[in-house]
Amino acid sequence: MSARLDAIGHRIDRSKPLYFSFNGKRLKGYEGDTLASALLANDQMLVGRSFKYHRPRGIVTSGPEEPNALFNLGEGGTFEPNARATTVRLSEGLAVRSQNHWPSLEFDVGAINARLSRFLPAGFYYKMFIHPRPFWKHIYEPFIRQSAGLGKAPVDRDADRYEHAYAHTDVLVVGGGIAGLHAARLAASAGADVMLVEQSNDLGGRSIVDLASLDGNAPGDWVAETARALTSMPNVTVKTATVASGIYDHGYVLAEETLPASNGPRHRLLRVRTKSAIVATGAIERPLSFAGNDLPGVMLASAVRDYLLDYGVSVGDRTVIVANNDDAYRTALALIDAGLSVPAIIDARSDGAGSLGDEARARGIRIETGSAIAKVKGTKRVESVSICHQAGEGAVIDDISCDCVAMSGGWSPAVHLWSHCGGKLLWNDGAVAFEPGPSRPPTGANGTQNVFAAGLSVASPADCLTSAHDAALAACKALNIDPSSVSAPSVEAETTQPTSAVWTMPHGAGPDLREKMWLDFQNDVKVSDVQLAAQEGFESVEHVKRYTTLGMATDQGKLSNINGLAILSKELDKPIPDVGTTTFRPPYQPLTMGSIGGEARAHLFQPIRHTPLHGWHDENGVMWEPVGHWRRPYAFLQNAETVEEAVAREVRTVRSSVGLLDASTLGKLIVKGPDAGKFLDLIYTNMMSTLKVGRCRYGLMCSENGFLMDDGVVARLAEDTFLCHTTSGGADRIHAHLEEWLQTEWWDLKAWVLNATEQYAQIAVVGPKARKVLEALGGLDVSREALPFMGWVEGSLAGLPVRIFRISFSGELSYEIAVPANLGHALWSRLMDAGQAHGISPYGTEALHIMRAEKGFIMIGDETDGTVTPQDLGLHWAISKKKEDFIGKRGQMRSHMMAEDRWRLVGLETVDGSVLPDGAYATGAGQTENGQRKMIGRVTSTYLSPTLERGIAMGLVEHGPERMGEILEFPKIGGESVRAKIVDPVFYDPEGKRQDV
Amino acid sequence: MSDPQTALGGQTASGLVELSEATPRGMISLRGDLNDATLKSSVEKLTGTEFPGIGQVSAGQQSAACWMSPDELMIFVSHQERYEALTALRDTLTNQHVLIEDMSDARAIICLKGDLCRDVLGKLTPADLRASILPPGRLRRTRLGQVPAAFWFRDETKAEVLCFRSVAKYVFDLLEMASSGPPLR
Repeated sequence: MSARLDAIGHRIDRSKPLYFSFNGKRLKGYEGDTLASALLANDQMLVGRSFKYHRPRGIVTSGPEEPNALFNLGEGGTFEPNARATTVRLSEGLAVRSQNHWPSLEFDVGAINARLSRFLPAGFYYKMFIHPRPFWKHIYEPFIRQSAGLGKAPVDRDADRYEHAYAHTDVLVVGGGIAGLHAARLAASAGADVMLVEQSNDLGGRSIVDLASLDGNAPGDWVAETARALTSMPNVTVKTATVASGIYDHGYVLAEETLPASNGPRHRLLRVRTKSAIVATGAIERPLSFAGNDLPGVMLASAVRDYLLDYGVSVGDRTVIVANNDDAYRTALALIDAGLSVPAIIDARSDGAGSLGDEARARGIRIETGSAIAKVKGTKRVESVSICHQAGEGAVIDDISCDCVAMSGGWSPAVHLWSHCGGKLLWNDGAVAFEPGPSRPPTGANGTQNVFAAGLSVASPADCLTSAHDAALAACKALNIDPSSVSAPSVEAETTQPTSAVWTMPHGAGPDLREKMWLDFQNDVKVSDVQLAAQEGFESVEHVKRYTTLGMATDQGKLSNINGLAILSKELDKPIPDVGTTTFRPPYQPLTMGSIGGEARAHLFQPIRHTPLHGWHDENGVMWEPVGHWRRPYAFLQNAETVEEAVAREVRTVRSSVGLLDASTLGKLIVKGPDAGKFLDLIYTNMMSTLKVGRCRYGLMCSENGFLMDDGVVARLAEDTFLCHTTSGGADRIHAHLEEWLQTEWWDLKAWVLNATEQYAQIAVVGPKARKVLEALGGLDVSREALPFMGWVEGSLAGLPVRIFRISFSGELSYEIAVPANLGHALWSRLMDAGQAHGISPYGTEALHIMRAEKGFIMIGDETDGTVTPQDLGLHWAISKKKEDFIGKRGQMRSHMMAEDRWRLVGLETVDGSVLPDGAYATGAGQTENGQRKMIGRVTSTYLSPTLERGIAMGLVEHGPERMGEILEFPKIGGESVRAKIVDPVFYDPEGKRQDV
Repeated sequence: MSDPQTALGGQTASGLVELSEATPRGMISLRGDLNDATLKSSVEKLTGTEFPGIGQVSAGQQSAACWMSPDELMIFVSHQERYEALTALRDTLTNQHVLIEDMSDARAIICLKGDLCRDVLGKLTPADLRASILPPGRLRRTRLGQVPAAFWFRDETKAEVLCFRSVAKYVFDLLEMASSGPPLR
């Protein structure tokens, strides 16, 4: 029976009780408790069910390596699955539910799997679900998916928020134990900027529970004093409740900080750039492999003493200690000191322990050396253990009744962060552990060591501090700063006996025992499974991992990795270092998706670009269309009309009277200099240097391969200045393109480029009444004589400084007016007012697209897709034959680009007047070599034309322009076909009279 | 002429720091040879301050010159005087290969005021904000969240963020969000 004791527990505040619920039951804990300690204090030993066999599971550890105590926390928007009880800080009202059982935690139907375990060995799924093949998709996979996963996926939107924070430092220390604290103080006193992160809420690591003294005082005093010294230094940041997830190239470290409950963010992802990292992550205790080691009540020895001393919780009244090392004896002593009983210490080593052993003996504790646990007995919790010789096969010598087993199979240094960025490991036979290999450390951009290990070895506290001292000195040296003279605290020496390599208990255990020895508690991987994998020919530790699922649980093998590969090495008759470890990859601990996303959610998910007229549109029935990061009006809905009706109305208004278009998103690049004309002749396919000041010219830009990539109107503002309009999506890309050519290839040309896209609002006034509207505003002569088609003027319109271009993308009389962005709204309002008399209407991109299609104007991104040349689109007239060179010229001279059978632009008119499906393909006679129907063309733009009251389309067709009048067949999804006639792409006003009035 | 309508209409917010959109400011982009003596002296004459060093903002009472790249400056002048300033610069540099354009409306300026400016910006930009690296008077072109932006500190408690006009709302919202959480340490 686990319970709360009086008077012990330095982490909890007994004056502050907290109430929480577990599976609907109301329970009490204290401020400072973890969820795990609070559950144990309420005798909740059974916390979950294992993944495969649904075996009852209890809490095994007191830290982030916990495999069993995973819960669903919270409800609705704060629901979170797979939360580790050992790292969740208890809070008032916390709602906790257990996972992976049905109908209840106490009675779980899935436990039948445990009875069937003989038939569910390693690789069962691979062997079973391969035949018959069709069963996989329809039966096996849906079934397996149903039973996969422990926690439930959240359904509601996350109610919490998250943030990122960037930090730059000279030294990042990971781990706030004595090694980390000392290293941080040494480096900080030397003047380095230091950041220290500690995963738990408290500094000091194991020292407070495990050490008798530091510098002659209580360890807690030294920790508190060091922490005070660090936090008082302006060059130091100390962060608790912050888990370093990974170390990446160039000293980039990610760490997740859990913030105290408030209205602010729940987690903060720290994105740290550090010159050096000191990894002082301590070590993780290993379980021992004996039969029944997964029963609730079997716990790591360190965890038993943590719960006792940190939280005042006894896991059981009678605790049997089983170990292969001296450290576990501390648990026995702590339990005796607390007035609990320790019936026996089962030590697998024949020589027993050093000074801690003497102390235990002096307290009268029974010590059985050279012994092992043959079996743990009990159903849902430990009831007794059977003892045998470690050297034998498991013949029972004695039964000891107990309600807790504290096990220790030795310690594994937490080398994860050391390994993330290429640090190599060495097997230390004496310590029975992998340790950082000093000769092959992680290196930074300049090839020198940038990650330093502090105390990452299974050694005495004194050795650990020496290692931390050396790591800090090395980090200072790497930073080229003189180290400070801070010395490490002194620690009382202990005499110890070495840890022995115990991988199964007893050594000669037979199959019956081995299939009850758990390696991976969460995924139900047993010693027998790893042995089976080896027998079936799996030799690589990475393959064995994937075949058996060893170490694939959410703890990522923190408990099982070394034990598993030791079993594998024995089975393969290879030394452990030859078997090696699986790869250590970030994150060290799972982190929330919310942290990764940071502030980028809801209205900040993506930046949305606003034109100066965005607000007006928003208030006037706009239906938005995303264009890159811009939002552009697709159409403006009036009264109860549908989108189609609105678009048709907008087209008719423009064709018959006048409309307004927000064209502010168009790219506007200013090119200036004595060589500006020469430069643009190289950039555009047509000649720009001959353009007269005051005039505009439509131009095309190609990629080096000769494919069309952007188009737009160029205006010559002065002898040495051009304004190049690009497509909305092309502004930044084309700006970069021009800069790149100027900076890397034509650096001798004297031309500057400036992206002035956002300086101007641009408004197109379009339709036969456009001139009347501008005349009503007054200030500028916009007559045909003063401002002819493809000309521009500058001046004051309605008192606003404007530049007006007479260009048309609709085929109507059209003025595009540029005005400084901050005056855009003013101009738009005046135009709307002046246009009232003519029934003026704003129009959106869909009306714009329809009108340009009626005129046969191409659209970048519709008619082009990166594989289309200007020649394909019949734009030969815009490709200069006189110019010596331009970007794309040589590409266009290649045989395939000149080929007669390239698909070329035509208009398409359906026989029945319907609208062709977008992207539909025209089929020809015969089949391809793949046995598919031969394609001879495709639809690139297709609309219902309100002007012509029928479907119109453009498409690229093989030999298209030579096949005028032919009927093509376009199969639709579903089987039917649409028939369409090849026609000229200009459907409306082919002479262009309307735009030139 | 109408009153200029800035991107944020003078929006303000308070949290860890006070946020406010700056009043309209004249901003002139100049590209040219920044080593040219005539160019330097005409910029100095216009702004009444020294020519800025690499990565620096040289600020006076009303005006400032910001070093944007090895061949580009941004010059701040009062909004009323921007056209005069533009003409004056063009006139003195008439024989040089320079580009001088009014870009006053292309950008938004958001002012941060308070002791925690570095904390708020530190949640959004990967730039190194340690005072030893980014002291007052140094301009940093970087990103905030997902968009390009620049900022500089007038002094320890006053910073200015410059971003493109179209994303001013996004940047303001980002800053407001960052300003509403706890400080960084």
